[in-house]
Amino acid sequence: MSIIIVDYGMGNIASVGNMVRKVGGCAKVSGKRGEVMAASKLILPGVGAFDHGVNQLQALGLFSAVQEIAARGVSILGICLGMQLLSKRSEEGNLGGLALIDAEFKRFLFDNKSSFRIPHVGWNHITVVKKNPLIPNEEGEQRFYFTHSYHAVCRYEEDILAKTEYGYPFTSAYCRDNIFGVQFHPEKSHRFGMALIKNFLEL
Amino acid sequence: MLRHRVIPCLLLQDDGLVKTLRFENPKYVGDPINAIRIFNEKEVDELLVLDIQASKSKREPNYDLIEEFAGECFMPLAYGGGIASVHQARRLFSIGVEKVAIQTGALANLDLVNDIAVRYGNQSVVVALDIKKNLLGRYKLYSSATGKALDRDWLELIKLAIDAGAGEILINAVDRDGTLSGMDLSLIENVASVCSIPLIAAGGVGSLADIKAAVKAGASAVACGAFFVYQGPHRAVLITYPKYDELTALLR
Repeated sequence: MSIIIVDYGMGNIASVGNMVRKVGGCAKVSGKRGEVMAASKLILPGVGAFDHGVNQLQALGLFSAVQEIAARGVSILGICLGMQLLSKRSEEGNLGGLALIDAEFKRFLFDNKSSFRIPHVGWNHITVVKKNPLIPNEEGEQRFYFTHSYHAVCRYEEDILAKTEYGYPFTSAYCRDNIFGVQFHPEKSHRFGMALIKNFLEL
Repeated sequence: MLRHRVIPCLLLQDDGLVKTLRFENPKYVGDPINAIRIFNEKEVDELLVLDIQASKSKREPNYDLIEEFAGECFMPLAYGGGIASVHQARRLFSIGVEKVAIQTGALANLDLVNDIAVRYGNQSVVVALDIKKNLLGRYKLYSSATGKALDRDWLELIKLAIDAGAGEILINAVDRDGTLSGMDLSLIENVASVCSIPLIAAGGVGSLADIKAAVKAGASAVACGAFFVYQGPHRAVLITYPKYDELTALLR
């Protein structure tokens, strides 16, 4: 069993490792293709620009590695930019994503008079819209920390795991088979995030 | 619905936790790790740690200490103090800090803000500005590193900071700092009118009603120092934070 947190130079990796340890798990931080290929589970974190993320994955030989292990059925959890990279594309960039989920990312769009500021930063609630192993108990409050300017638009309704309201409802988590993506930061969301990470490790 | 954040703001000096009064007379209030553990248990929205000495003494952040903080924070951690290069910001992100707050570096040159935003995203950079009233009651930009007022159009500076890629603006009212006497609402209204990105207001919170008033004036988030570390008229050190339900009801 080797759980890998992918280090591709895109921001805060330590927090994810801290959270995995907190829930009693053991994960290795790695940016090596060989180790990613041998992962039994993969967490793809990251913050920053979409194209920069794609370039970094490609430069390390990780782009195809993630696609290959996804095809083998290895469970993958993308967080924030990591979630976005699992999709086909983003308005933020020109490069193609990993295309493991048929979705694209669009920037929040509000009119000038709107009181909604961008980025969407802070604690917000999610509404789970389908049965899933990450957040199996949809009853009770589920709140998470968000910080992002782009949100997912899924081609298939059935891929949507959860929605959140910011000006309008948007897809805040998606999944298909072994691929999971969350726009919020479970590693920074107290006990709500702990439960989610624990559930992912126990998949 | 997104709830407005309420953020404990902790000040560091000589690796200890201090609280200032109008940016002066730092008073020791305890061990930072202990305080951070308590705030983590209380499930605070976010934590802001400012090293008030780093830029004054032109020194880098204390990475080891901050890494220890990050290991105790299962909520977002913002750090400010002494960040003068992208390399330093990168090091902070790699040890578990979500966002960096930049003041001295931004006053010198907004390129630093831009360079961090391009690499790590807008959400990773907070531009922190301190505002002090002069003898005529006019708002002036204040440099916390030098303790001097600056003759610059600070509302214009906020716009430039947003253009440079800042993800949030932190405004601290120097005259209210540590006073527990309420926030400078007209200052918050002024900033909110030009701020298209999230605005964190700081300085003067002494009650939950003050937090609500700041949000009404246009703050996206409110940072509190003395309010969460002192208790009672004699300012006994006691770390507190409102219950989640209390904040939800307050800020509905």
